[in-house]
Amino acid sequence: MNGNLLELSNIRVSYGHAEVLHGVSLAIKPGSIVTVIGANGAGKTTLLNAVMGIVPAKGTILYDGASVPHSVEARVAAGLCLVPEKRELFSTMSVEDNVELGGFLRNASERAQTREELYTRFPRLAERRKQLAGTLSGGERQMLALARALMSRPRLLLLDEPSLGLAPKIVADILNIVSELRTTGVSILLVEQNARAALEIADEGYLVELGEVKRSGPAGELAVDPALMESYLGSPA
Amino acid sequence: MIATFLIQDGVTNGAIYALLGLALVLVFSVTRVIFIPQGEFVAYGALTLALLDNDRIPATTSLLLCFGAIAFLADLWSMRRGADVRAFTRSLALNLVFPAAIYGLTTVLVPLGLPSFAKALLTILIIAPMGYYVYRIAYRPLADASVLVLLIASVGVHLAMMGLGLVFFGAEGLRARPLAEANYTIGSLMIPAQSLWIYGSTIAIIIALYMFFERTLLGKALRATAVNRLGARLVGVRTQLTGVTAFTLAAAIGAISGVLIGPITTIYYDTGFLIGLKGFVAAIIGGLASFPITAVAAIGVGLIESFASFFASSYKEVIVFGLIIPVLVWLSLSHAFHEEE
Repeated sequence: MNGNLLELSNIRVSYGHAEVLHGVSLAIKPGSIVTVIGANGAGKTTLLNAVMGIVPAKGTILYDGASVPHSVEARVAAGLCLVPEKRELFSTMSVEDNVELGGFLRNASERAQTREELYTRFPRLAERRKQLAGTLSGGERQMLALARALMSRPRLLLLDEPSLGLAPKIVADILNIVSELRTTGVSILLVEQNARAALEIADEGYLVELGEVKRSGPAGELAVDPALMESYLGSPA
Repeated sequence: MIATFLIQDGVTNGAIYALLGLALVLVFSVTRVIFIPQGEFVAYGALTLALLDNDRIPATTSLLLCFGAIAFLADLWSMRRGADVRAFTRSLALNLVFPAAIYGLTTVLVPLGLPSFAKALLTILIIAPMGYYVYRIAYRPLADASVLVLLIASVGVHLAMMGLGLVFFGAEGLRARPLAEANYTIGSLMIPAQSLWIYGSTIAIIIALYMFFERTLLGKALRATAVNRLGARLVGVRTQLTGVTAFTLAAAIGAISGVLIGPITTIYYDTGFLIGLKGFVAAIIGGLASFPITAVAAIGVGLIESFASFFASSYKEVIVFGLIIPVLVWLSLSHAFHEEE
């Protein structure tokens, strides 16, 4: 026990014979935001899926100092929650039902309380309670995916490309919400291609390339690293 | 005049097909299993009720004990790498104590000469848990298999249950006594009380299913699983939980259908399959996804069957099952084909 909420060591994931993660190690302290940045196909999504238990992984995943439970559902019960890149909403069900189902493992009073908090935080969703999730705009869907995840009262939120396909204004909104979440005690593992924006709100950063961690350190240091800037951040705005 | 009789007959059978069609849609949308053994639950239900009517202990109670024992062994096998006491006790209670309790209850109640409604309830109590055991034994180990593998498993379960039906009930057909003997006349139309039971139960079950799916969290979780399997797992809905619920509901609906149809037609150990297939025609018309279309289509299947048996009785089945072909052509033309997952 060394105070980390999540500790990955030497995580390897293979699809068939092709190994896509070659021993990734990473640690998240309670209440911090850690971001994993890197190009398309670097293995970022696979890493999140391994943490969530969607793909089988070799290596050790310690959660709260103990070995993480085996199944996806048991990990949700333990306080891990993934917002996947494709959102995976229940598109033919109402916004309200989507939010409600997020709290499937919580009791009725916890659900009612969290739901009210969330509708205050996301007034757009409150307005559209009765609408089907499939009819929402991209930004609203991302908010609904976040709200659904928060209904489970996670201790560690795994976010996969929350800014993907969204307008810059909405990206800023979403990332604002993410950094606010930290104040409520939720730790966050944020996977992003939008490296500059991610490093701005994160405490620690990891650069993943072709299934390996190439660089890691405090987000502030990575953001000003000249080599990194050239390949991932572009010239400063 | 003849037409009114045919319509009445068609609607009565159609109501039963509607129940079976709904159960098939329920199981498929939640678990991707095409539940061919659905009809066996109907036959088991009808035959169990008929035996209870003759004040005999139905063989299905012993069958339930066997199913429970096999499910218990399956649980033991999956616990071989270390078990915790809670899981073991739970499995023991669910798979051995529960069916034994139903067996005991049946042996105590049968000599008392129950009223017909109580016999119907007892029948449902005996048959519905079989849905759980069938899921535990045959489908749970295959939870991640493809639709094709699940279909093959269904054929196996269907053949096994039909064979067990022959062993336990024998080859002779049985007919149960109706829940109520009375007949009512409206104008020239005579409606037996049993038909009213059928209409009433079908409507009640449809309303109950609607409330379950719209109002309860578990019902919503089943819908969510049908809409987005991964999404449902990510909010902590266990595939097992939805599977168990879907199969137990389907078995209960099958048993109720059996109780309703047992008094109006003679049921043999293998009759269930054909009845189930007609529910399947309705479910196909509903695209294995839509509950309302399935229910309406089932009434249509019942009507077409009853008119076909009057005007072209030897082609009755051909006409009913031939209905699938234009529907499949229509569905394949109107929907872009996409393989799930």
